[in-house]
Amino acid sequence: MTTQPDLQATRVAKHYGAFRAVDELSFSVARGSFFSILGPSGCGKTTLLRMIAGFLEPDSGDIHIGGKDTRGMPPNKRPVNMVFQHLALFPMMNVGDNVGYGLARRGVAKDEIKRRVGEMLERVSLPGAQEKRVDQLSGGQKQRVAIARSLVLEPTLLLLDEPLGALDLKLREHMKIELKALQAAFGTTFVYITHDQSEALVLSDHVAVMNHGRFEQVGTPQQLYYEPQTPFVAGFVGANNRIVGVASEVNGETLTVTSADGLVIPARAVGQVARGAAVEAFVRPEVARLARNAAVLADAGLPHFNARITSLLFDGANSAVLLHETQSNTEFRIALPQTGEFADLTVGETVAFGFDPQRAVCFAS
Amino acid sequence: MKTQARLMLLLLLAPALLWLVGLIVLPHVELGILSLRERVAPRVYEPSLAQFATFVEEPLYWHTFVRTALMSIVATVITLLMAFPVAWTIAKIARGRNKSMLFVMCLIPFWVSETVRTLGWMILLRESGVLPALLVSLGVTPAPVEMLYHDATILVGLVYTSMLFMVIPLISALESLDDSLVEAAYDLGGNGWSILRQIVIPHAAPGIVAGCIVVFMLTLGNYLTPTLLGGKNSQWFTEQIYTQFITRFNWEQGAAFGFLLLGLSTAIVWAGLRLSGQRFGEVMQRS
Repeated sequence: MTTQPDLQATRVAKHYGAFRAVDELSFSVARGSFFSILGPSGCGKTTLLRMIAGFLEPDSGDIHIGGKDTRGMPPNKRPVNMVFQHLALFPMMNVGDNVGYGLARRGVAKDEIKRRVGEMLERVSLPGAQEKRVDQLSGGQKQRVAIARSLVLEPTLLLLDEPLGALDLKLREHMKIELKALQAAFGTTFVYITHDQSEALVLSDHVAVMNHGRFEQVGTPQQLYYEPQTPFVAGFVGANNRIVGVASEVNGETLTVTSADGLVIPARAVGQVARGAAVEAFVRPEVARLARNAAVLADAGLPHFNARITSLLFDGANSAVLLHETQSNTEFRIALPQTGEFADLTVGETVAFGFDPQRAVCFAS
Repeated sequence: MKTQARLMLLLLLAPALLWLVGLIVLPHVELGILSLRERVAPRVYEPSLAQFATFVEEPLYWHTFVRTALMSIVATVITLLMAFPVAWTIAKIARGRNKSMLFVMCLIPFWVSETVRTLGWMILLRESGVLPALLVSLGVTPAPVEMLYHDATILVGLVYTSMLFMVIPLISALESLDDSLVEAAYDLGGNGWSILRQIVIPHAAPGIVAGCIVVFMLTLGNYLTPTLLGGKNSQWFTEQIYTQFITRFNWEQGAAFGFLLLGLSTAIVWAGLRLSGQRFGEVMQRS
């Protein structure tokens, strides 16, 4: 017997006038997985989430949660709970009442509520916080209370609407790890929406990249990163150097891209690309290798280019350089290796860079 | 520099202080002295509590007093119940132009003076007026009915006059309620009634109490509406004060009544704050 998916959407659509916020989406989320919907603002991800939660009714299509059709089912009857963007903890109640709210609404006995709230707060590492006021909590603690408040109801699905957006960077990094640990500990299916690719990649088992109301690609974070299927995914997930040009030569999967400025690079085609077709090629900053001497690259069998450094972008482990290819003056961003080999690079210096054509992807545009 | 700044502050406060001392504190001190003396012979006065004794001994006076308090409380409650859906609509449901339109519609009646508004009600409700005639022509009543001079008529007039003063603090209280709190409660299994009781009302409580205090005080101290719409039967305490001052020329008695009314409103507002668990300063900040 195959396990039934916890969330199954079939041709779900929502229009606002002529604007298609969500355009005939079909997907399913396996039980116990962490599924993220990643997209820029205005891509329809919030609309989709609100349809799953029941705050919006789809214009067409079906949403099945835990195998049950949810059409016409109001939010308070769905086996789904939501962690809101600004958490929406009830400031008029203490932490215990916040967590116990849903149980009280279900008519659970007082002693039972007390016991389960206590257990839940222990599981989110806030034991004994029942009497605290919401405004006495730190950002991270509020987050845990918001999750506890939903999970105490043992929902089939937990929806999270960019809950980390309001936190500062340091706390956000910390909460990412905590969220992942919580999900693993509870085993509840999480559906997480975000515009932050790092959150989606770090947290998820599967990520759907959404744009203009459609999913561009659904896959594991690794698949999205290493094998993007569309130019949008290649540009949105991770950093990328984008080169627009035409496919001047096609040789099986490998082709040669010539840009309008005269840059000629080899790349691996994704999907069918005909000779002479307009294409977009992507080279990741960390795929390219720098060398002071072009011979190093030539020996490694890599196609290589000379370039002049225009800017040094020091950011610890994420340091990179901006350089312009000598002939075409095309700008590239290239990651600096952590070996310290290039710590003494200066602006204006000429270096060589090269990359494995198999790791540069190219799409017909 | 320091003395200059202090002088500046004093000058800025001067109008408010003049107003406070000249129009509120001094008259009340004067009235306080008046209420605590008794005329024993022409132009001869003695300190005494006789005015307050009269109030206790004469059933009409304290009946009117209690009746005014009860009617004002009823009017305040009705105003709250009617203003809440209006404020909710303006604060949470209406958007853009509709929102300002609705608000202006609440405001428009106040462009007309209270006298004219009350006379408008009289034109509608008197025996030869619009509404009784309409009821006759619809066959509801065989002959025109006098709709003025009932307690209900007074309440209608008072609620109508007070609506705006309840709607405004309610709107500001409800607008500050984050919609996602209501959604979160709904998502966690709450229904309309429980969300109203556990989320909306606790959040809006300072606004509700502020509106109730303002409306209650306006109603308790209203003279025109009860007199015109209730006629001789209205038995409003402000009428007793008026009668003592103007008709009977018994300023001592009038002053004593005035202080009793002040004490009454203070006591009821205090009780209201205690019952709702609100603090006066916080409530006044929100209104």
